[in-house]
Amino acid sequence: MTATLTQQPVTTERSSGYAARIDHVSKSFGRPGARQQVLDDIALDVAPGEFVCLLGASGCGKSTLLNLVAGLDKPTVGSIDVPGGRPALMFQEHALFPWLTAGRNIELALRMRGVPRAERRPEAERLLNLVRLKGAYGKRVHELSGGMRQRVALSRALAQDSKLLLMDEPFAALDAITRDVLHEELTRIWAETHVSVLFVTHNVSEAVRLAQRVVLLSSRPGRIAREWTVDIPHPRRIEDAAVADLSVEITEQLRGEIRRHGQH
Amino acid sequence: MASTDNSASTGPAGPAGSESRATGPAAGTTVTKEPAATDAAEGTPDQLAGLEAGLDALDTQTRTRVPLARVLLDKVVPPVVAIALVLTAWQLAYHFEVKPHYQLPSPADVARALQDKWLDGTLLGYVWESVSRGALGFAASLIIGTPLGLLVARVRFVRAAIGPILSGLQSLPSVAWVPAAIIWFGLTNSTIYAVVLLGAVPSIANGLVAGVDQIPPLYLRAGRTIGATGFAGIRHVLLPAALPGYIAGLKQGWAFSWRSLMAAELIATSPELGTGLGQLLDQARVDSDMSLVLAAILLILIVGIGIELLIFAPIERRVLRSRGLLASNR
Repeated sequence: MTATLTQQPVTTERSSGYAARIDHVSKSFGRPGARQQVLDDIALDVAPGEFVCLLGASGCGKSTLLNLVAGLDKPTVGSIDVPGGRPALMFQEHALFPWLTAGRNIELALRMRGVPRAERRPEAERLLNLVRLKGAYGKRVHELSGGMRQRVALSRALAQDSKLLLMDEPFAALDAITRDVLHEELTRIWAETHVSVLFVTHNVSEAVRLAQRVVLLSSRPGRIAREWTVDIPHPRRIEDAAVADLSVEITEQLRGEIRRHGQH
Repeated sequence: MASTDNSASTGPAGPAGSESRATGPAAGTTVTKEPAATDAAEGTPDQLAGLEAGLDALDTQTRTRVPLARVLLDKVVPPVVAIALVLTAWQLAYHFEVKPHYQLPSPADVARALQDKWLDGTLLGYVWESVSRGALGFAASLIIGTPLGLLVARVRFVRAAIGPILSGLQSLPSVAWVPAAIIWFGLTNSTIYAVVLLGAVPSIANGLVAGVDQIPPLYLRAGRTIGATGFAGIRHVLLPAALPGYIAGLKQGWAFSWRSLMAAELIATSPELGTGLGQLLDQARVDSDMSLVLAAILLILIVGIGIELLIFAPIERRVLRSRGLLASNR
């Protein structure tokens, strides 16, 4: 039970398989002359089945990076390769469609994936079961609590059967107790489904609790500042000494990054 | 509940391929055997499931059904009281002859005029003539207004070109079209339908545009991430998301259809056109039959309100309730 901290080289030479490769990506917005660089030379591989947390203060371009990986936007420089096809994406807001029931929301994702009609309902029920929402099939979104909505949203993301799951601060709007439970739930589902996860957060202990690898981004423009491999065994708790120790260490580094911005 | 192998399901299962990279989690295999290192009780799946079920139960609101008597008291009594007050005031005005009786007949006189037409067997004919025209005109407006609205909402050039005209047309009273339509089409049904279309199409199209504009961008993003793009995106995300605004537009579109229809019928009267409520009203004016004038106005009002209450209000309530957008639905 040790948290080994390793100063990682930013780029890694790999010959075989990755779930996502972010290859020296930079992103700028705005017109020439008034350009603002949001991401600067990000190079990051997510291994198949790996759980990576992107951590950073506001302005580090976490969400921009996730949008790029999701294919919702194009990088200015560099390239992104996601061999498993369109990644699934989960937002801070559940983004479930209020005109459909929980089950139908999942079935729509299945349908868009081309699953035949007859298989959709059993598959939707299986996915709801996976997040322990057996009875929620016929429930409307507004009838569910915040935690239940995020679990349905997770089911819908899993319905895409993508090799890569992108999560954009999915638990940030939840209360602490629910978030804690969903951390455990996500860890369990990740282990069961072998999906690769790229998880964006500004919550250090969330990152340490969930990830195998924590990547710290500096702000304005977002650069990879440092990486940690987290070897703490599951089940982890936020309160665990090892989790807390590593969180303190990463927080210090994060504060250092933020402090730099106040100096000029 | 089955106690499955906890260590296997919650350990950081060394992901395939991770060992091949320098940064991979090297400790993945060494730690899976000791899941109880921390507070094991909280980590077991059964405990977690129980905790989750408890949270779900605490967070889920129970909905209480409002008793029928309460609904009647809240929804039926107020309008009945209001109608009674209006009738009383009317009766008093009649009683004190605010206007001579031939100009202001009593409520009973108006009721009698209605009854006469009913006994003639012609009353329903007038109503049906107008309602069927209104329904047909509305249906045509729907078919034209919906794709038009979609086009304006989604195609920037079309919006810039005709968006302002479309919303401007909404404030143009459709009576203004009647003279033009009569010159174009003569005293025919085409005149009436032209006026109805010019009144209703803009408001249906505008309703859809407003509905599309109000869609939270998150839904469109979520739709794109699950692969609902192009036509599938319109069908499964855009249209359902715009439905509340669209229905509000339809409701307004019906009101415009009905109003335009009455204006057209009132002006375009000819034997070949049949007798709708507008023509009945005009005939009563010619005959100086004030009871019948008021009776016809009353019928026009009742049909307008009736269609709104019987058709549009339930649809709108259903859509809003299913999305949890109805405040009264606690």
